[in-house]
Formats: sequence, structure tokens, C-alpha cells
Amino acid sequence: MPSLGADMDEGTVVEWSVAPGDEVHRGDLIAAVETEKSVIDVECFEDGVVEALLVPVGAKVAVGTPLAVIGTDGAPAPSAPSAPSVPAEVPAPDGPPLPRATPPVRRFAERLGVDTGDLAGTGPHGTVTHADVRAATRPAPAASPAGGRLRVTPYARRLAAERGTPVEDLHPGTADGVVRGRDVPAAPPAPSAPRAATRAGADGMRAAIAARMTRSLTIPQYHVDAVLEVGAALDRLRELNRRAAVSARIVPAALFLHAVARAARRVPELNGHWVDGAPVPATSVDVGVVVSLRGGGLLVPTIPAADELALPDLMTALREVVERARAGRLRSSDTADAGLTVSDLGDTGGHAVHGRIFPPQVALVGLGAVVARPWADGDLLGVRPTVTTTLTGDHRATDGVVGGRFLHAVDDVLHDLEEWS
Amino acid sequence: MSATVADDRLDLLRGMVRVRRFEERCVELYSTERIRGFMHLCIGEEAVAVGLVGALEPGDAVVSTYREHGHALVRGVPMSAVLAEMFGRATGCSRGRGGSMHLFDAARRFYGGNAIVGGGLPVAVGLGLADALTARPVATACLFGDGAVAEGEFHECLNLAALWRLPVLFCCENNRYAMGTALEREHAETDLALRAAAYGMPAWAVDGMDPEAVRAATQRALALVRGGPGPCFLELRTYRFRAHSMYDPDRYRDRAEIARWREHDPVDGLHARLLADGELDDEGWARLVAEVDAEIREAEAVAEAAPVEPVEDLLRFVGAEPTGETP
Amino acid sequence: MSTGTAAAATTSGTDRGPTYREALREALREALHADERVFLMGEDVGRYGGCFAVSLGLLEEFGPDRVRDTPLSESAFVGAGIGAALGGLRPIVEIMTVNFSLLALDQILNNAATLSHMSGGQFSVPLVVRMTTGAGRQLAAQHSHSLEGWYAHIPGLRIVAPATVADARGVLAPALACPDPVLLFEHAGLYGTTDDAPDGPGADDPAGVALDGAAVRRPGTDVSLVTYGGMLPTTLAAAERLAEDGTSAEVVDLRSLRPLDEETVLASVRRTHRLVVVDEGWRSGSLAAEVAARVAEHAFYDLDAPPERVCSAEVPVPYAAHLERAALPSVDGVVAAARRTVG
Repeated sequence: MPSLGADMDEGTVVEWSVAPGDEVHRGDLIAAVETEKSVIDVECFEDGVVEALLVPVGAKVAVGTPLAVIGTDGAPAPSAPSAPSVPAEVPAPDGPPLPRATPPVRRFAERLGVDTGDLAGTGPHGTVTHADVRAATRPAPAASPAGGRLRVTPYARRLAAERGTPVEDLHPGTADGVVRGRDVPAAPPAPSAPRAATRAGADGMRAAIAARMTRSLTIPQYHVDAVLEVGAALDRLRELNRRAAVSARIVPAALFLHAVARAARRVPELNGHWVDGAPVPATSVDVGVVVSLRGGGLLVPTIPAADELALPDLMTALREVVERARAGRLRSSDTADAGLTVSDLGDTGGHAVHGRIFPPQVALVGLGAVVARPWADGDLLGVRPTVTTTLTGDHRATDGVVGGRFLHAVDDVLHDLEEWS
Repeated sequence: MSATVADDRLDLLRGMVRVRRFEERCVELYSTERIRGFMHLCIGEEAVAVGLVGALEPGDAVVSTYREHGHALVRGVPMSAVLAEMFGRATGCSRGRGGSMHLFDAARRFYGGNAIVGGGLPVAVGLGLADALTARPVATACLFGDGAVAEGEFHECLNLAALWRLPVLFCCENNRYAMGTALEREHAETDLALRAAAYGMPAWAVDGMDPEAVRAATQRALALVRGGPGPCFLELRTYRFRAHSMYDPDRYRDRAEIARWREHDPVDGLHARLLADGELDDEGWARLVAEVDAEIREAEAVAEAAPVEPVEDLLRFVGAEPTGETP
Repeated sequence: MSTGTAAAATTSGTDRGPTYREALREALREALHADERVFLMGEDVGRYGGCFAVSLGLLEEFGPDRVRDTPLSESAFVGAGIGAALGGLRPIVEIMTVNFSLLALDQILNNAATLSHMSGGQFSVPLVVRMTTGAGRQLAAQHSHSLEGWYAHIPGLRIVAPATVADARGVLAPALACPDPVLLFEHAGLYGTTDDAPDGPGADDPAGVALDGAAVRRPGTDVSLVTYGGMLPTTLAAAERLAEDGTSAEVVDLRSLRPLDEETVLASVRRTHRLVVVDEGWRSGSLAAEVAARVAEHAFYDLDAPPERVCSAEVPVPYAAHLERAALPSVDGVVAAARRTVG
């Protein structure tokens, strides 16, 4: 079936002007085909003899379907290609029931720990929407003056999240019931998770974590992972430790932290803050370290100028700051604003950490456990110790390629003897 | 007859065969979906392409229509670049942005297939204006069909070109049908040259099925245009043997009419004259056709092998890109 | 009288600077002197001196080849401008009003805007088309519309609406230097204005006016009033009124309608958290809609109020003065919209 126009998909043979055995010439009209537009003649592009008509009069076939076989020069006719069957009209399926929620909503629900099966959907055909999921995570909002849903401007919502104020606690400043930016209470002076925790105890700490991580949710983030082969680095570390006093021995976590701090020096875009719609690079590499507390919760003390410390000094700093955090006795210098945070869950056995950024920082580095994995070295396969490093970046400030560069830099530092000094 | 004149007539024949065989191959390529979009063929009108476009100088400009394969080929746009364009390839003469209806070639001053009937005329007037203001001794040949004569732009442009005495040769390729509407069904006055003459320019009709007549008329008209006294109008009475475009059921004319015009096939006519005058024998004819077919095969292979334009370049050429040169 | 011309009337004193019209004329004169490829053509641009007297005196100075009267054939002479540009010249085509440009829409859209792309980049069309736009003179429904937003829809064109005398003086040179077709929209209400009030970058340096790039005409902190062309005087007057009761309005003059200087608009909204777009075009499918949509897309979390649009009523512009006034954006309308956003 020839294509006789860009909008022609199929045609019906309404007439054959030739029969098997007829001699035909290039340019002869051999058939008529009915299309949506009209009846159109089909011309022949070959000289030869009609061997077979493949499509009977009245049959509708798709463009590209062979209509006839024409033998040329007395050569044996090619075996008649079977005409592809006309696709039958597919009956509209009664169909399985529609899924309760679209994939993005399902993902959103999973992230917030909500089971969409439990929700009454308000979307089309009863599907669960983002709003339904969000509503399920929130206590019933305080009644607004108008008695309906509290109307909060996008800017006010953003300010509330940044300042750790639950939206439900906001009050409109005008009679129209709209909460505007100016209605969001000013932020407490330099709030930070560690201080909030030391003052307010476990509940306060959870609230602080909740506020910070909820705020983090408004940041478009990307993730980059890399599995790093750390055999040589750990060998060298063992060598160092063998010569050192027991109290001065260095744990792998410090080695990786060291590599991250030095990498931040090489890729400065990931060390800094996002302020008022623009990235503000940090002037030194002050690294926040996520410390899990034994009774639950976490603190994020800071090691200032971590990149300037030699590995043994960094080990000392890390050990001391972890001890102070767990004892609830952080110093003010420990709570300085970090430009970058590291979350090392290696000692939990977790293979990879896909963390969320601590706003206003623009990146978070995750470190998993040291795991022996099969590792290709050239053509040979061996078993090597590896660690999965991850980088969560603020996509407003940087792109994934910067994250990739950063992980590459971590790998470089681990393999660079000069960096060990 | 002198050898040069004989060679010349042979060239006219060769040019027409080239256009004819090329378009016949295009039909096959279209039927197998290798060419898409709208495609309009000039089969039957080859005498205009070779007689008119072939008579232009390299410095002259050509503004054409969507039925421009023949004009482009005769103007010298490489056959492989034309085919590549119809295949949507990066090496197409419009880098795959134009297709069959929009062939362009800056180097050959080929200002394209314009697919708005009458839309090319104002551009041709402007090219003529630029030539006049800079005193360049060149002409702009503006090709359009009988349908364009009904458009307002036709009348605006003939008036403007005559008023300003611009070196534009208006070439009406009258194939008697504006798509499916016959000449006498759309024009109160079907003598198109008479209509042009009303704007105060020399205008006459020519047998558009005879390449030698077309060429002679074009040369005469160009001499009038280049001198500076103003534009000229040629009505080239011709006929397309095939439908307006692919997928045109051709219901608006009867087969007998087509058969009558086929008796004046420009290719057959010149072929017969050359045979009769002893300027060509059967062997020479076979060789000519074989050479043309070889060129088509080669062009098709080259176009088929060409890369497609990368999708990343989709947004290119919406505005001019810095090249460092100015036109 | 539109508020635009009313504002102009108050600013023209005895010792005034050049008018918008004089600035356009001076720019034309400069361009015709600077480059022999440049010529001006259009209906009554020569002997008559231009329908709005912009080209008055240029015929005498440059002769009929370079200041060229055309027949009433918009399609032919705009298309001839395209052809002349392809042929190496730098034509400036004047169309009497934007309504008449519709007679040349085939040439502007199907040729000027597409030739570069359709030819795979082989051709560019360095053409400048000037036309009058806008209402306010009781000229009714075929001489008063603001259709620049339509043209701003079309890829391949650059759309500029000079709103100040400085821009009127400075925009022609970069438009002529641009290899792509540039449409300049001159609001009829601006021809008699002087630059006493609005003063943008480039006021002292005509060569410094860029084709693209919006200008902040008045800084402010509470609400961004985004406008262009003939609505700038109205918007500045509204900002003045708002200041009287303590609302600080920032006035952004888009200048270029295609491409849109999104960054300047977004930066302003990120400072003020509120947006009012003032556009003399009709609201539906308008340039104002485009600006509001882009702000909603890119600055949603900065918005402290729904974006507001102040546009012309959705009616062909009527003749009677009170009806025409009611159909057009007014200072009162802009002030009210700004107050709604501030809450």
C-alpha cells in the first residue's frame, strides 16, 4: 500500500486493473485504492509480470503492506511476503481498577510514611492527590477566621518553613484571612539544631529536626553516588596506626571526613549557603558532622577549618566533638554555622546514605559502611574494600555535574599521598 | 545547424530528463515513506525550469514556489542536497528545516521555495530594490503560478516594481490550475499577460511546453529588465501531468485533458526534434538517460548516508548566528 | 486624553528637552548618515513628513531614494523591506499603525520571522519595522489597538517598545545592527513626551541602549509594577500616588517584549513579593499573562499575593472619550491593583 500523503495511514483496495499473468510497465495504473480523502490510482514502479495479488478487493491494509508481487526479467518471483494482518480494533478494556494514586503521589506518600490505601482520595475518580497525602501528615489545621482552609501565601509558607514555625500556628494579619509574609513571626536569633536540642531536651530536638528537614523538603535536591575503592587508603591507614599509640589511632571515618574536607577545598561550590535566592560561598571549610545520640535524635556539631587539619589532628577533633555532643556539652565554637555536612552511617552497617541538606547549606555528603565488593581491576576481578559515598546537592545552587566532580575529588584525595600530611 | 547550437539543445533535453527522472524517483521514495510532508511535482513543466532558470546569470536571484524541485536543480543546487533535504538530513540544502517546499541555497542566490501563494513576490521586489539602489546589473526572477495572480500581493508587487522601475522578471508558470481550481473558474480575465500589462510593463505569453521558446523569451525579457527601464512579465503556458501534490485524487480534470496535454510533453517533443534533426540517436539517448539515472542513484546514496541534524540543535537558526560576515 | 498624554502635558515646560518624536527623528537622521545601506520607506514618510511627523524634513535632507514614499501596499513594501535586507541593505520600514500591519502579517510572520530557520541558517533578515501602537486619541477600533503582544508570540522576531525619549533616541542603532528582524512599537501617546520624569539607563549615552534588557524606572520595596511602552507614564503616576500613602512601588519597564528580560522582573518580585502587570493589550492571551505566568513559574514561593493584571477592557477600542478612557488601564486601576496585592 503506497503512502499517498503524510496523513494517510491505511487504504482499501477497491479495484484491481490487472490480474496474475498480466504484463505491466512502470507507470501503469494497476489498482485503485480508497483513502479517507478519495479513490486514488496506484501506479506500478516496475516492468514485469504480475505473479500474485496479495490483497483482495475490499480489504483495508496499512501503508507499507505489499499489494502484489511483480516478477521482473523472468526471474523467479520472490516468495510472497505475507501481508501483515490488519490490526483489529482493540476493544476498550473494562480494565483493571485505576490505581489509587499516581506514581509521583505514591512516591510522595512513601517519603512521608503515609499509606495511600488508608486515604480517602479527593482527586478525579477518587484518586489520592498530593494534598490528600499532605493533609494526612498534618494535624487538623486551626480554624481560620473564615472557617475554611487557612490561606497562606507561598512566600509566607516559605518563611514559616525557614523559621521553623508550623503553618497551623500562623494568624492572618488582615480581615481577609490571608496569611502574608509579614504575618510570620521573626526568626529566633540564629536558631540551630544543636542548641535547640541542648536547651529543650528530646522533644525540642525532634521539633528542631522536623523543622529543619521539613524546610529541606522545599529545596530541589539532586543525588550523586559513587562507590570508591579504598583498599590502598585503608592499607596506608593501618600502616600509620601500627606505628601510633593506641590513643592516637585513626578510624576510617576520620580518613573519609578528611578526604571530604579537602575535596570541599577543591570544589568550593558545594561549601556554602543559599541566601535570598543566591549561593553564598563559605570562606573556610567548616564541616558539620552528624552525630547520632544513643537515646535517639541527632546533633550536628561543626569542625571549623577541617581542611586545614592534618589527619591525626582531625581524628582528635572528631573524637572530642563527638564526645561533647553525646555528653550534651557542646561548646559555642562547636555550633558555628557549617558550610557542608557529612553524615557517616558506616558504623550502622548501612551501605549508603541518601540524606537531605541542612538548609541553608547547599550540600550533604553521605558515607556508608566499608564493604568488601567484587571489583574489576583492568581485566581481573578481585575483592576490595569499598565505600559508597553520596552527595546531595541543592539544585538551585549547583548541578549534578558538580556533585560528580566532588565525589571524584574525594576519591582523588584518598589516593593522593600528599594530602595525607 | 552548428555544433554549439546542437550541444545547447542537447543540454536542454538533458536538463529536462534530469528533472523528470528525479521527480519520478521522488514519487517512489514518497510512496515508501522516505519522503514525507507535502510534495509537489513539476512533471510536465520542465521546459520552464530549463528554459527560464537555465537562462539566468550566476549573479541573478531566483525566488520560487513550493513546486521548485526543477528550478533548484537547474539553478545548480546539488541533487544530493535536495534529496537530503527531503529526507530531513543535516546535509539538506536547508538542513532539514524546510523539506520539499523550502529549498534554499544562498551561494546560488536561490531564495527558496515559498509555500504561501504570492508570498515570494514582495521579497523579489525587495531584492530588485536592493539591486537598483546599489546599481548592480543583475535581475531577480520571481516564479509563481496562475493562482498567485488572484492574490493581492501580486497586484501590490507588480504596481510597486513598475512604479520604482525595479529589475524584476515576473514569471507566471501558468499550469491552468490553482491546486484544483481551473483558470477560468478563478479569473474573470484569463489572459494573465494582459492583467500584468495593465501595470505598465512589457508582458507576453509563451509556449511553456517548448524549452527553446521559453529560453528565447527569457533572454529577451532579461535584456529589457537588466537595462533598467523596469520589470517584465512572462506568462509561461504549461501543464502539470500529475496531481497538485501527492495524495491528490485529481478529480477536477478529466483524463482526456491530461492525455491531450501529454501529446505536448516537452521532453518527448525535444527528444523527437533532436532525433529528426539528426542531433541525437537512440544510443545517445540511452546514454543520456543512463547518465542521469546514475546521478540520481549516486545522489540518493549520498543523501541516505548523511547524518540527521541533532535534536540538540532544534532551536538553532531561529535568529541569525554570528558568522562574521554580512550579506 | 489618555493618562499617558496627560502626564506628558504636565512635563512639557518651556525649557524642555527633546520630545520622543524628535528623538526618533534624530536617530533616523543619524542612521541615514552613518550607513549608506540604510533607507526609510513607508506610507507618506517623505513629502508628507510621516503621519506622526517623525520623518519630517528627512526627504529634503536625504532624497527620495532613501526616504521613500510607498503606495498603500503594506504587504508589498514590508516584503520589499525583507527582500532588500536579504539583498544587503538595511531598510527601515514604517507602518502607519499596528492595525495596518495586519495587511503585512504574511510577510512579517511567514517570511521575516521564518527565513533564517527555514533556510537552515543561510539567510538572515536585518530589517527594522517601526509602527505606531496604542489608543488614547479617540481614533476608534481600527487605529487604536495594542497588538505588540501578538508579535511577541513569534519566534524569529525581536519586539521592542521604547517608552522613554532616551530609548527612542537610542534603540534604532542596535536594532539596525541586529541581524534579525526587529519590530519597534511607538505608542502614539508618547510622541509629544519629554524625558523629565522617566529617566533610564542610556539617557546620557544613546549608544548604550541595548535591544534587550528591562529597566527599573523607579526603585521600590513593596510591589513590582511591570509595564512597557505607552503604559509607563500611567504606571509611574500610579507609583507616585502609592508613595503618597506609604506604599513603595518599583516600576519595571520591559522595553524588550521578545526576548523578555525575565531576570530583571524576577529579581524585582523577589524583592517586593508582589506583582502587578500593566499592559494596554487585551487581557486574554496577553503579554501580561506571559509575565504573570513566568513569575508564577519561577518565583512562586516569593509571592505574597496573587499576581494582578491591569489590561484594556475586552472590547474593540470605542470612539467616545469617556468610553475609551474606561476601556484603557488607568492610574486609579493600577493603584487599586497594587493595594490589593499589599493587602
